[in-house]
Amino acid sequence: MARAMGLRRRIGFTFLAWGIGLIVFFPIFWMLLTSFKTEGDAIASPPLLFYAATIENYLEVLARSNYFKHFMNSVIIAGGSTILALIVAIPAAWSMAFSPTKQTKNILMWMLSTKMLPPVGVLVPIYLLFLQWGLLDTKFGLTIILMLINLPIVIWMLYTYFKEIPGEILEASRMDGAVLWKEIIYVLLPMAVPGIASTMLLNVILAWNEAFWTLNLTAANAAPLTAFIAAFSSPEGLFWAKLSAASTMAIAPILILGWFSQRQLVRGLTFGAVK
Amino acid sequence: MATAHTRTLSRLMIAPSVVMLLAWMAIPLAMTIYFSFQRYNLLNPSRRRFAGWFNYEFFVTDPAFFAALTNTLVLVGGVLVITIVGGILFALLLDQPIFGQGIVRILFISPFFIMPTVSALIWKNMMMNPVFGIFANIAKSLGLQPIDWFASVPLLSIIIIVAWQWLPFATLILLTALQSLDSEQRDAAEMDGAKPVALFFYITLPHMSRAITVVVLIETIFLLSIFAEILVTTNGGPGVASTNLTFLIYARALLQFDVGGAAAGGIIAVILANIVAIFLIRMIGKNLEA
Repeated sequence: MARAMGLRRRIGFTFLAWGIGLIVFFPIFWMLLTSFKTEGDAIASPPLLFYAATIENYLEVLARSNYFKHFMNSVIIAGGSTILALIVAIPAAWSMAFSPTKQTKNILMWMLSTKMLPPVGVLVPIYLLFLQWGLLDTKFGLTIILMLINLPIVIWMLYTYFKEIPGEILEASRMDGAVLWKEIIYVLLPMAVPGIASTMLLNVILAWNEAFWTLNLTAANAAPLTAFIAAFSSPEGLFWAKLSAASTMAIAPILILGWFSQRQLVRGLTFGAVK
Repeated sequence: MATAHTRTLSRLMIAPSVVMLLAWMAIPLAMTIYFSFQRYNLLNPSRRRFAGWFNYEFFVTDPAFFAALTNTLVLVGGVLVITIVGGILFALLLDQPIFGQGIVRILFISPFFIMPTVSALIWKNMMMNPVFGIFANIAKSLGLQPIDWFASVPLLSIIIIVAWQWLPFATLILLTALQSLDSEQRDAAEMDGAKPVALFFYITLPHMSRAITVVVLIETIFLLSIFAEILVTTNGGPGVASTNLTFLIYARALLQFDVGGAAAGGIIAVILANIVAIFLIRMIGKNLEA
């Protein structure tokens, strides 16, 4: 009796959850569907759920615009800023997690506070400095900015992961006479790889989707996909199918990475406050 | 075991990140403060001089400032209400036994991974277009007059888009908190005959309160800086109907080239964000000691 109720309950919740989930997901689904339509079908009224699919839009976006260039800009900027941030952050997080001092907590909190600075607060000087240094619309300039804005999150995430590695193991290897750099490479890194990988994943997602600095500091040359898509909308007007195809290609890699990083997302974006 | 040697080494290891973040925070912020007291327009750079509090007075007495401040508060408040209430409900739902739980979770969290310019454009064109959009088609099929979203309710339209992006974040974090709830306590209360509503208000909600606070604070930090969604949909208009503080400062700086005015606005935005940040940092700091 209780079992039957449990099953009925479960079926009820299943329907409800799937129903709401599909509504939440609908705009993404609809974009995917539209990307395979002809432009005429895309604005048909009533909207078409079934239609003759075409990959024409994808081919045209790839052929007519500099899509590949902007895609590579995104890869270089998101990947580059992540790698740079990791290079700077790993030693810092390692040192704070394993040989903490009285200042460690204050340093961590201060690093966090830099993340609270709203970007518009420094938009004017950054823009002027970039103008003066010739860094406007360069991949290098943007990579540095994105590295700096995500550095606090990277250090924090690594710190919470490193904290979970038992310190005794390091002590033991030190007793055995391991030098510091060997300690890092052979003992710490293998144990820290999952944490570093998760941090990297989240940071790539954040950098890929960053849309304040990418929109304000780039133009035709260094624009990553966020800025490319924003510019795509105006001249192309009502070409929804092509816009959908370009958008689908822009979000697909990150959406799939995102599905694998749900847990890390919670930890990374709450600075370890919710695990 | 910490010898003087390792201590020096560990300082060296922290130094690069500290120096970089210090430079990133202190130098531009100091420049912003400096510029905020200058009368400086890039279109007329030769007429640059000390301005006293002029930029602040001008920025604050501009009717657009009051509108932008109100819009910012409505935008942040509206999105927070939708995402917290929706997030709690969704988290409770996803915590139930469901067939295909993993896939449902993916459906719920996907919007968070869509870049802001793409989500704004999907909603602007395919959902909210007054002629061809899904909403217009639904309205027509019900015999209603379609709404011209961005012309008649621009701020609400942006709230809907941003709430859609942040609902997954709230859901995911509240779900994580919910799953750490000790089931024994719940079971005991249930045995004592507590009704589901009472269970929710006396056990579940207090347990989630910490996570809810964290979500509110973190979302607020990000929502104060909403920019791309406004840029690609309404461009702040009509008039200043959907201009928030971030967008107003952007317009001052990069469209009107008023360096001094934008800098003064930037400092005001920093002060506002700091009020929120103080609370967030205190909460996370407490957690660090535990």
